[in-house]
Amino acid sequence: MSTRADVCAVAIADAFKDDGEIFASPMGMLPMLGVRLAKLTSNPDLVISDGESLFLAGVPPLFAKADVVEGWIPFRRVFDIVAHGKRHVMMGATQVDRYGNQNISAIGDWARPRRQLLGSRGAPGNTVNNRTSYWVPKHSPRVFVERVDIVSGVGPRRAKEAGPAAARYNDIHRIISNLAVLGLGPDDRLELLSVHPGITVDEVREATGFELAAPADVPVTREPTTEEQVLIAEVLDPKGLRFKEVPDQ
Amino acid sequence: MSKSPRDKRMTIDEVVGELKDGMTIGIGGWGPRRKPMALVRAILRSDLTDLTIVSWGGADVGLLARAGKIRKLVFAFVSLDSVPLEPNFQRARQDGTIPELVELDEGMFQTGLRAAAQRLPFLPMRAGLGSDVLVNQPWIRTVTSPYDDGEELVAVPALPLDVALVHLNRADQHGNATYLGPDPYFDDLFCMAADRAYVSCEQVVDTAGLTVDVPVQRLLISRMMVSGVVETPNGAHFTTCTPDYERDEKFQRAYAAAASGSDEDWAAFRGRFLEGDEAAYQSAVQAFGEEQA
Repeated sequence: MSTRADVCAVAIADAFKDDGEIFASPMGMLPMLGVRLAKLTSNPDLVISDGESLFLAGVPPLFAKADVVEGWIPFRRVFDIVAHGKRHVMMGATQVDRYGNQNISAIGDWARPRRQLLGSRGAPGNTVNNRTSYWVPKHSPRVFVERVDIVSGVGPRRAKEAGPAAARYNDIHRIISNLAVLGLGPDDRLELLSVHPGITVDEVREATGFELAAPADVPVTREPTTEEQVLIAEVLDPKGLRFKEVPDQ
Repeated sequence: MSKSPRDKRMTIDEVVGELKDGMTIGIGGWGPRRKPMALVRAILRSDLTDLTIVSWGGADVGLLARAGKIRKLVFAFVSLDSVPLEPNFQRARQDGTIPELVELDEGMFQTGLRAAAQRLPFLPMRAGLGSDVLVNQPWIRTVTSPYDDGEELVAVPALPLDVALVHLNRADQHGNATYLGPDPYFDDLFCMAADRAYVSCEQVVDTAGLTVDVPVQRLLISRMMVSGVVETPNGAHFTTCTPDYERDEKFQRAYAAAASGSDEDWAAFRGRFLEGDEAAYQSAVQAFGEEQA
């Protein structure tokens, strides 16, 4: 059986496969691995960056230096592309709620938080402008909560309540964790799309702090192909950095 | 009468001497990247108080917060990158020691500076709609498009600054300045949003020297936006100042450990690095580097 990290990388890659020629913007290690895997397999048109200020024509291993550069993407131009919309960002999430709202700002009361996190960063702008997904390396009831303490990233229901200008480009695509792949259902609530090999639906439900909608038959997240396994293990992450984020079972 | 533009070179202390209690100060760079740290350190040593700080924050915000200099903070995040959460900022938030906060989306921040730079009261934007940015800052209003679409957008308020502090790689004595690293960040915008801007730099060169081996597109800042220039070699330490130097990760780890440790840990760090002038700081950093080598 494949390692869980490789299953996650492939699930992340699949989240970007139908995006066409847009800026794939992964935050964190597994999202970076998954995006680069997508570029080498299902979607060679993706535009990727070094996470600093360069668009990369090649697909270097994780944290390796750029080989061929195909563009310049300093922060000011990132904001331009966010507003323009040709971008799919996969962010982290300290909390996600049943309506797909995300929190990376602080835990507790905003005025005097129990635990200050990063701040809202670009989440408010991302979620009303371009496709947004989330990566959760440790699925637990502390992350998947009934209500996020602070809404940094806006889910579809909140966006609709805020009016057409907020809802128009709101597109929360996938929430991928170490246990499962989730998406937003027709009623704008999170629903289970697949469970990773070896994980049961009940295990995911137990690790989720709200009642999680699921179809009667939940599919199993697909296993990596041989080609994908080789690309992950020998090209993109020969040092096995991915196992620091998703340990082998 | 001189035929050349005026010489704006100053010392670090002269720059800080221009600042007043209660001022709104914008700090350039980004997170832990190319921050005017020598000027920030000089503010720490000063008696200045009740400052409003506007920053895509890194250790600049953490240090000023720990020193109790901040009355109001305008931010979208505070991070050290390799240390994701800034421990001094976290402590200040959790202890409630920053009296007033404005938390924006990081793109709203650019729009607010741009509005100030263009002397407008606001600029419209989608970012912020539906998020708690508008709940926690209920004074931020929306505006309805006067055209047929009728969209209701965020009226991002201008972020006018009394003073901007930025750090560039090279400048001339008149205030023209270039960045040599990968990203200009928003230093030009900070300068244009401010009544007065002070540029610290790694090296002051003559004007012709600015473009001798550097494309003219890297001349980010024009002297007409600049009130003073100060040469502060290693002045962005411990943030990046690519290609002059990268972030001092060992020093940053020591900073983060002291900041998240006991009061005694922090007092020891402060005593070793932050109580003397900039020259004393730089020699303490050099000694630290030799110990770690």
